[in-house]
This record gives sequence, C-alpha cells and structure tokens, in this order.
Amino acid sequence: MKEAIAGTLESGDIMITIGPGEGLEVELQSSVAAQFGRQIKAVITDTLEGLGIKDAHVEAIDKGALDCTIRARVTAAAVRATGKDVWKD
Amino acid sequence: MMFVPGNNPGMMADAHIYGPDSIMLDLEDSVTMAEKDAARLLVHNALKTIDYGSTEMVVRINPLNTPYGKKDVEAVVKAGVDVIRMPKTETAEEVQELEAEILKVETEIGRVGETLIMAAIESALGVVNAYAIATASRRMMGIALGAEDYSANLKTNRTPGGAELLLAREQIVVAARAAGIACFDTVYSNLDDMETFRKEVELIKTLGFDGKSIINPRQIEVVNSVFTPTDREITKARAVVAAIKEAQAKGSGVIAVNGKMVDRPVVLRAERTIALAIAAGVISEEEVL
Repeated sequence: MKEAIAGTLESGDIMITIGPGEGLEVELQSSVAAQFGRQIKAVITDTLEGLGIKDAHVEAIDKGALDCTIRARVTAAAVRATGKDVWKD
Repeated sequence: MMFVPGNNPGMMADAHIYGPDSIMLDLEDSVTMAEKDAARLLVHNALKTIDYGSTEMVVRINPLNTPYGKKDVEAVVKAGVDVIRMPKTETAEEVQELEAEILKVETEIGRVGETLIMAAIESALGVVNAYAIATASRRMMGIALGAEDYSANLKTNRTPGGAELLLAREQIVVAARAAGIACFDTVYSNLDDMETFRKEVELIKTLGFDGKSIINPRQIEVVNSVFTPTDREITKARAVVAAIKEAQAKGSGVIAVNGKMVDRPVVLRAERTIALAIAAGVISEEEVL
C-alpha cells in the first residue's frame, strides 16, 4: 500500500489520507467530533474492512460529510492506495 | 433538470431541497480526469443512500470510448439510477452500444429494463441524426441539446438571441415528437442575466420543449413560472375537456366552447395544459376527474 488521498476540505466533504499501518488506526479532525466522532470512525473502519483492508493508517479531516460521502471518499482513497478497483455494494 | 457536479458532495446532498423536477449528477465535463474515480464513487453512494424523494435522478456519464464510460455505467446502474444521460451522441449505434452495456449490468444484478437513456445532442452530426438517435432504443426517454459543444462544432458562438441554435432546437423537438419521447433544452450559464434567461425559456417553450436544463437553483422559479399554465389557460382547458366529455357521452363529434369550434388539436392542447398544471401542482388530478 502506498499513501493516497481522496476528498476535499469543502463543506459537506471529508479528506481522507490513507497509508501503511498496523491494524486500522484512524485520526479524525472534525468540528462535530464530540457528537459524531465515534460514528465517523466506525464508517471509515467498516468501509476499509469491507474492502478487505485490515492494516492502514488513516487521517480524516471532516467538513460535515454524510455517511455516504465518507464511504465514497474512503473507498476512493483505498482504491488509489492499493490499486485494487473494487465496488462495495 | 438541474446539473450538479458529481464531485461536490455538499451540492449533491442539498440539490433536491430546491425542488427541481430532475437532478443530473455530472461525471463528465465538471469532473477533472484525476477525480473521475472518486466522483464515480460519490455518485454511486449518493444514489444508494440519499432520499431524493420523487425527483428523477439522471447521471451524465463519460463517453463509452473513454476509459471511464463503462465503469460509470456499472456504478450508476448498480446504484439504481433512473436515467443515464449519454453525452455527445452522434449516431443510433452509440445509443445501442450504451444499451448493451446497461443490459450487461442489469442482468448481473437482476433488474433488467429499469434504466432509461437520455441522449445529449451536441454536434452537427448529432442534429442531422436526431430522429435515428431518438428511436434507437426502447429505453430512450428523451433527447437534449448541449449548446456549448454544438456552437463550437458549428464554428460559431452563443448569442443572447440564440439564432445559432434555432435549427438544432427545432430539429430536436421534431425528432422527439416523431419518436414520442421528451426533449430538453440546453443550459443558460449567465446567472446575472435572469431577464435573458426568462426570454430563452419562453422561446424554448414556444418551440415545444418539455423542459430546460439549469445550473443553479435560482433558475428553477423562472422555468416553473414560464411552464406553469395560467389560471385563464387552465379554466379554458378544463372547459374544453368537459365539453368534449359531454359530447362523447351524447355521441356527438364536433363541439363548440364559447362559440368557437373545438376539434382534436384543441382538445390535445387542452389535455397538455391540464397535464402541465397537474405536474406543476397548481391543480390536483382529483379536481380534473
């Protein structure tokens, strides 16, 4: 796995940086971290596990993204990092 | 039909709040090459998750002869899109190629026949072949003019009056009507000139278009106000429909309303006025029955 980025810092989006790691580690910056931090991290780890990724370091800067946006950005970053083009249905 | 860039999740989440009849999420011109993969994933997840209510969901894919087109088809068909908009359509064969790709994905997921096609006509060759394109597949629900590429292809520029688009607009309306499908006009990009925009909407309604493509929620009100029949038009249309029903009940063919003879074209226009009024929410279906 190489380091890869997906997403932007625009309102309603989330920027995901993914790189090599041991286990799934998620560092989250979000203005709503107190209320939704646990859920955002859960969506990120669920998405990665669904893609079969068990080891990765993830930095997420959230700008109020919906769960579907988080899934899309994590998947895009993972696809770019692994080169494995896969659809998560 | 409101255009929304497919790589802007904030706009995609909010677009339906403004009440457009349909939303076109764009994977083509508004998305850079480097972001095609990410936009495809965003659109796929948005379609699967966001409740767009009764808004018709359209996705403009990349052309099939690019590295992105077939993946776009897979992503949006799997997400249950209503309509795929095919850009830069020039021949019936291109529509049939898209239909085959859609069928392949639909067969895989067991939902055959659900995805419709809209073809954007954006070149002189596309305009010449408009009827062949409109009748290329049973999935065709409409054809639309893409004026920027078309004007460039004609070696001219867009003007406020739209003289350069007249033939294409008329050809597209005639082809759509002959094929029994819908037709949609191109976008108007100058958001600071709402007066010219209104004139353009009035023009394309007169030409026979079913709707207008828009790029901003501010344009919705103008399109709706131009396309929504007035109270006077609705009253007249209801009188015509009521009179024809009464005449049919009596076995009479020709009728008169307010001293004027009413024949079939008048009845058809009245029925369309009522259909538009119902679609605009001005009257309810129950009121007409």
